[in-house]
Amino acid sequence: MIKRSKIQTAIVYSSAILLGLVLLCPVLWLFIMSVSSTKDLTTLPLSWIPADISFNNYISLIGDFDSTSAESFLYALRNSLIVAISATVLSLSVAIPAAYSLSRLPGKRRSSLLFIAIATFMMPPVALVLPLYSAMASLGLLNTHIALIAVYCGVLVPFTTWLLKSNFDAIPIDLDEAPLIDGANRLQIIWYITLPIAKPALGAAALMAVLMAWDEFFYALLFTNDIRAKTLPVAIADFAAGRVADYGLISAAGILATIPPVSMAYFLQKSLVSGLMSGSVKG
Amino acid sequence: MVRFTKATTAWLLLTPMMTIIIGVVGYPLIKTVYYSFTAAHLASPATTDRWVGFKNYIKALGNSKFLDSIENTAYFVSVSVSAEIIIGVLVALLLNQAFKGRTLLRALLILPLALPTVVNAMMWRLIYGPDFGALNALLTQVGLLAEYQSWLGDPDLALWMVAIADIWKNFPLVALITLAALQTISKDLIEAATLDGANTWQRFWTVVFPAIVAPVSVALVLRTIEAFKVFDIIYVMTRGGPANSTKTVSFHVYQEAFAYMRIGSGASYALIVVLISALLIATYLWLIKKQGNTT
Amino acid sequence: MKKSKLLMAAALGALVTASPANAEKTQLSALFMAQAAYSEQDIENMTEAFEKANPSVDVKMEFVPYEALHDKIVLSHNASEGYDVVLFDVIWPAEFAQYGLLTDVSDKINSATKEEILEGAWTTVEYGGKYYGMPWIVDTKYLFYNEKMLKEAGISKPPVTWSELTTQAQLIKDKGIVDYPLVWSWSQSEAVICDYATFLSAMGGEFLDADGKPVFQQGGGLKALEYMVDSIKLGLTNPNSREYSEEDVRRTFSSGQAAFAVNWTYMYNLANDPKESSVAGHVGIAPAPGAEGISTASAVNGSMGLGITSKSKHKELAWKYIQHLSSKPVQEDFAKLSLPVWKSSYENPEVTKGQEELLKAAKVGLAAMYPRPTKASYQEMSSALQVAIQEALLGSKEPAEALNEAADVAADLD
Repeated sequence: MIKRSKIQTAIVYSSAILLGLVLLCPVLWLFIMSVSSTKDLTTLPLSWIPADISFNNYISLIGDFDSTSAESFLYALRNSLIVAISATVLSLSVAIPAAYSLSRLPGKRRSSLLFIAIATFMMPPVALVLPLYSAMASLGLLNTHIALIAVYCGVLVPFTTWLLKSNFDAIPIDLDEAPLIDGANRLQIIWYITLPIAKPALGAAALMAVLMAWDEFFYALLFTNDIRAKTLPVAIADFAAGRVADYGLISAAGILATIPPVSMAYFLQKSLVSGLMSGSVKG
Repeated sequence: MVRFTKATTAWLLLTPMMTIIIGVVGYPLIKTVYYSFTAAHLASPATTDRWVGFKNYIKALGNSKFLDSIENTAYFVSVSVSAEIIIGVLVALLLNQAFKGRTLLRALLILPLALPTVVNAMMWRLIYGPDFGALNALLTQVGLLAEYQSWLGDPDLALWMVAIADIWKNFPLVALITLAALQTISKDLIEAATLDGANTWQRFWTVVFPAIVAPVSVALVLRTIEAFKVFDIIYVMTRGGPANSTKTVSFHVYQEAFAYMRIGSGASYALIVVLISALLIATYLWLIKKQGNTT
Repeated sequence: MKKSKLLMAAALGALVTASPANAEKTQLSALFMAQAAYSEQDIENMTEAFEKANPSVDVKMEFVPYEALHDKIVLSHNASEGYDVVLFDVIWPAEFAQYGLLTDVSDKINSATKEEILEGAWTTVEYGGKYYGMPWIVDTKYLFYNEKMLKEAGISKPPVTWSELTTQAQLIKDKGIVDYPLVWSWSQSEAVICDYATFLSAMGGEFLDADGKPVFQQGGGLKALEYMVDSIKLGLTNPNSREYSEEDVRRTFSSGQAAFAVNWTYMYNLANDPKESSVAGHVGIAPAPGAEGISTASAVNGSMGLGITSKSKHKELAWKYIQHLSSKPVQEDFAKLSLPVWKSSYENPEVTKGQEELLKAAKVGLAAMYPRPTKASYQEMSSALQVAIQEALLGSKEPAEALNEAADVAADLD
């Protein structure tokens, strides 16, 4: 190991502290705002530690079922859960066979499909949103979960296929041979051989998919309009813009919307990192 | 039981994916091309798609507001992506050192990444507040700023401030990708270089740089593609103001199609955006293909 | 892995899809805005009374910021289950009528009702001789002032002309009472057009001439923008005004950081509420000033109406709900944040009590309400004008130059 000089050590630690502050402070401040009274937040000079701490903002968002704030927040939470989970489950069940096919049964024409898939999920949404909007309108699907689930699959299926394909590539192909000879079909092989081995990759793909669906704003803004289908990002955008003066409540809504994805990401930290990685290192 | 040939099986397994890609991406893309030659109107897109030829495109390319929005987007992309890359690589180099609290810091990197984009935008809008915002309070209290600033109200600053919010959220991605690449460098290699008398700077260029250049360039293109789509953060923070200084192409298309209800001309704007994106995506595919061949 | 995921999804699904309301009830979906005029709480209370009287109806209310209101109405038009009742602004009926977004309710409004409601309010819902809803919010912008600060500066009367406002603000600034005496909602949004329209009407300008050609770039329209720009140059207007909306104005004024503010009716009672404001008890209200030799007061028509969407499946019920919300007794009960549309309410002591000053200002203001143009492409003209005004306010263009550019855009619109 290379020894560091005292100065170098000092630089390392001070940059580490700086980095920690930069990462933590904005979110910490959001939290402080959420438990402060409006008066504390609108006095000058700004005091960093609130005079009295109250969780009333949280209560009015998730505790008081009769208020419209709580109603719109809780429904949005419900809609986000339904849409993100359904889109993820659906996408994975489509992506797994596709990824297997691309990895195990390559063909010249089929391999270009992978590149089409990659190009697909990188496509800017504005390129697709107009026909999707009018198609959903004529199918009577605007303001429903189905519209969002379908559209999100368009992004998640190619993404997860790509992610899984590069992971399946790492599994030795010999494992498939014996059961094939014994007469198993490909679906059985996927289910009994490939998936159990690829579990971590599957977890990473699912996690990335849920996070992407949870975060999506553009389609949700355009395809939903009320509590029946509106997801959290849209609810929060509406919420924040309408109540410019109520910093505390806005912040509390932000914190609440952050808890599910952040805690998920932390528990599955390894999966997240490997998910991010495979997207950038392999083709 | 029927036995399919290998090729048939392969195609069968791909069918669901292809159906979804064609249905949710392929068909809409072609329809967007079609719309861009019509006068389709949002109130009833199916009955108003009268053919107008290249009229929408001629109008779009002559629209200074649209060209401005492309310029704004390019500006935003170059500022935020270059900062994300520089900060991300520096942070990765830092986290590759051994020090107490490294694991904690690495875990903290996840926080901005997992924070929903809309919440991130809202959080920074509150921080930038001209009268009660934390940034003004902080900078004046430590003496860096003489008087309160209107961060999002100044057209010369607003796009930068939006970019900072984006940088904060996305530099951890670059950092994590780079860090993974750094960890593949063997310690021996560095020590060998040191024994050969290479200083820190030389070691960086001869050992570290070659190892990270590929993943970092992929991250660069990936971030560029993403940043080019920017919409939500603009919608929440500025809605394109002040004086259109933060209006990006996505926001322009949104306005044309959904506020002014002109789907036809909105589609022509969208396709110009697609052309630009296609170039970026092609670069990306070329990069990963190249990498796939070398590793 | 997948199996447990599916199970989890199913469980969650069962948990969360629990039907939102009693299935036998008819659901009405209504869209309101969450800023200015009636508070959410007010609208909830009004609706609760309606649901009590009509137990078979369940009203789902949606509150969005004003900035999102127009687009939400437009976007939901193609939804098979969109909104039934929507709140719409005075500037939209032309567009909504042309594209068939709202139901024509002309035959539902009788002549007696027509007589009893303020004329200015009717312009909100009328276009091309047809009625597209009921007026609900009759509103204009007033001049609010901090009585304590005026007294401290030795000013006995609030200004009656805009130039007098400049003089008074200068005096207050010179005495060091407050850094920036004036605060406005001049962000890039419809709010800045409302303030601009107020100035324009005071200074005898017009948006469009009789042929529909833009003329705001000259005469009173130009003077209006020059006035706005000057107030910033003189250091009288809080420079943050350029990113403020109405709620920011209220917060700034209520925290004692401005001597004058121009805002909607709703601010009067909120700025006088000690829970919301640190200047409660010192808030004065007057009609927005006029200009010497041209006008004695100015006002913009900022009224809003309630309409039934053209695709609503419960039109009768929706109308019943609208009638309830806009009925005289309901409006009189909730007259603190938004004044009734009914003429006779202004004589009702229940309404006037405690807000005599507001009603005095309203009498002048509501009569002077100046309309913004009614045309289907208003949204686009407005956004071109918003950008022009902001460019001038930020000093990147001269007022005349900026307005000329906006006029060129407006001239090309139909």
